[in-house]
Amino acid sequence: MAKKLTEINASSMADIAFLLLIFFLVTTTMDIDTGIARRLPPPLPPEVDPPDVKDRNIFTVLVSKSDRLMIDGKPGDIRLLKDQAKEFLENPANLDNLPEKEMKQIDYLGEVAVSKGIISLKNDRGTSYDMYIQVQDALTAAVNELRNELSIEKFGMKFEDLSNEDYISAIKSAVPVSISEAEPENIGDK
Amino acid sequence: MGRFGTKSKKGTPAISTSSLPDIIFMLLFFFMVATTMRETTPLVKVSAPKAFEVQKLEKKSLVSYIQIGPPTNKKLGTESRIQLNDRIASVGEVQDFIIAERESRDEIDRKFLTTSLKVDKEVKMGIVTDVKQELREIGAFKINYSTRKGVKK
Repeated sequence: MAKKLTEINASSMADIAFLLLIFFLVTTTMDIDTGIARRLPPPLPPEVDPPDVKDRNIFTVLVSKSDRLMIDGKPGDIRLLKDQAKEFLENPANLDNLPEKEMKQIDYLGEVAVSKGIISLKNDRGTSYDMYIQVQDALTAAVNELRNELSIEKFGMKFEDLSNEDYISAIKSAVPVSISEAEPENIGDK
Repeated sequence: MGRFGTKSKKGTPAISTSSLPDIIFMLLFFFMVATTMRETTPLVKVSAPKAFEVQKLEKKSLVSYIQIGPPTNKKLGTESRIQLNDRIASVGEVQDFIIAERESRDEIDRKFLTTSLKVDKEVKMGIVTDVKQELREIGAFKINYSTRKGVKK
């Protein structure tokens, strides 16, 4: 060889990479946004009365401004709320005081009993957001457990592991998230 | 000379640093993929409550954020405030904010817009309810209560 190729000095490469690394560490955030998804109801037209719902189909959850719970007219406990809500929605023994069920033909599932139960959630303006989220979380947990049970029974896997969109929407329509939030009242400000 | 020569043969050779850039680049790529750019400077302190049944917020470009919490600037007091983008706003400005967010997205994407409520756990529900009522009126029904994932006991 007539001329020897000189090698490029790469020792500063590490420094450059470090610099970039530190830049990205500073300007970016790691947090993956997670949360509880909900759909707000459309605003009520003023002249229409809210539909009448039978007493047995309603499960009321009241949260006071001191973060205490009132479940179906009795003082309640946040730890028991999930099971109570689940029992209400499921009505395993077809009791008279728990919600009615309606047989519905749903694709991929066949005939399923869909509960007519509605969870009515009402909170005070002074309720803390933390408590509100805990209640929402417990109610979501109840719905998710029911969905999981149905999904395991029908498709042999948990609801969150389902990948077929049709199956997911079938389960969703069989176990709807029926949480209704009361119109806010202007009592007990702050 | 002979004395030095024998010594240098027995001593450990210098550690090669030629793979160091590769290692650092690997770290760099990891962080580039795993993190997201900081978008707004927080003006209110938000420490999200914990929940178990959480879902991942998908399609970040279709999410508009509303932060509610006590202001970080002590001059503004401790009363909970609403932050929209980079400024403190009042409840009445929420609707305009949502309209502006809609305008900035494609026509097709507009109905998929989600509003993420990042609310501090100490905040009282009153202000949150006000914001929710505003969202209902403007028709932004898809919301997400931002929470941290709790550890199951």
